[in-house]
Amino acid sequence: MRGAYFDAATAAPLHPAAREALLGALDDGWADPGKLYTQARRARMLLDAARATIAQVLGVRPDELSFTSSGSTAAHAAVLGGLAGRRRAGATLVRSAIEHSAVLHAGERHARDGGAEAEVPVDLLGRVDLDAWTRAVTAPGVALAALISASHEVGTVQPVAAAAAACRSAGVPLYVDAAQSLGRTPVPEGWSLLTGSARKWGGPPGVGLLVVRKGTRWVSPYPADDRESGRFPGAPDLPAILAAAASLHAVHQTAAQETKRLSALVDHVRATVAATVPDVEIVGDPADRLPHIVTFSCLYVDGEALLTALDRRGFAVSSGSACTSSTLRPSHVLAAMGVLTHGNIRLSLHRDTTADQVERFLAELPGIVASLRAEVGM
Amino acid sequence: MNPDTPVDVLDCLGQRCPLPVIALAKRLPSAPVGAVVRVLADDPAAAVDIPAWCRMRAQQYVGAVSVDGSPAFDVRRLS
Repeated sequence: MRGAYFDAATAAPLHPAAREALLGALDDGWADPGKLYTQARRARMLLDAARATIAQVLGVRPDELSFTSSGSTAAHAAVLGGLAGRRRAGATLVRSAIEHSAVLHAGERHARDGGAEAEVPVDLLGRVDLDAWTRAVTAPGVALAALISASHEVGTVQPVAAAAAACRSAGVPLYVDAAQSLGRTPVPEGWSLLTGSARKWGGPPGVGLLVVRKGTRWVSPYPADDRESGRFPGAPDLPAILAAAASLHAVHQTAAQETKRLSALVDHVRATVAATVPDVEIVGDPADRLPHIVTFSCLYVDGEALLTALDRRGFAVSSGSACTSSTLRPSHVLAAMGVLTHGNIRLSLHRDTTADQVERFLAELPGIVASLRAEVGM
Repeated sequence: MNPDTPVDVLDCLGQRCPLPVIALAKRLPSAPVGAVVRVLADDPAAAVDIPAWCRMRAQQYVGAVSVDGSPAFDVRRLS
């Protein structure tokens, strides 16, 4: 295999522990956990065990954790339910400019329904402006504040503890989208709502986590349903949830070593790309970042052409360039940072990523970029 | 002559990223130092990428204007 899969920030390959749990559950865990017969009680027991496992890794109570149908639906529920629960306190959602699109879209829905939004800018490295954040959450009428734990596009870790302290002083609940950091780095503190996505840590797609801390005012944005403590409707995908729990438990055991290994690979990519590709901007914080994400933009290069050329050589990467998005708009994260949006590539590494794969990528990249530039006379 | 008056206007309307930035990079070195070149570009990426290019290349981003309803970006050659 010449190429490599470098898009774990979208979906990591299924962890072997997830595969094993998933296959087992297809035989054993298909019944509805809400019913009263033997098969259902077995399903309930398995669901409770999965919830307990994940709650323990997150450091929360099992009854604070609900399963949703994806990371995006969890984000929608956190934002809309958090706003609904604080309707009497105000109608403003404060959020950073670099939240995941699921948070942005939930905010747009809120604004269309008569609510308000306040966007807090980030600096050139992609870190939220804490002074502006503090002013925004202290303003009258704020119902909820949303801050991503670390940027999914450039990896920069956000100052969640300081942002949480500002929220606490203002009496505003904080929602943290921790999709990129769960299973990799310690869970931040000081939040009222937290969400995650199993496919980011090697679990299957279709499992999201919604954590509502005790005492948080949260009102379901959905029609009534008694599943998942009334927090998310529909029958849970029990086999996928069991696989999510098994894989989170497994990656948590090795997180410290993996963080060290992947972070060293990312350092190597950052240094080598800067040295071997002319006119390249490596974006995001070089040190205070997620262990597995590295993003850079190549001047004069079409992002879609670069992605396609890499794919032809077997390298799967993501891009924030406008030409690679369905809307033909550049990534809102790169735009908010003020960094180059064209010729943009994000590599996100995972447990199957080897140093050899990274070396092959680094060996091929300069030639690919040079030939794409030559095509446009640069 | 007003030093902010463009010496050249590059019509990149309808062109997608990164073509407007490429046009600017090809034209600016032949403009006199201190002169302003204007880029007409309606690709949404241009509003981010032209200032970013100026920062990376140590040229001055003068600002965005509207020309006959189209977005335009002024850049001064510093070196």
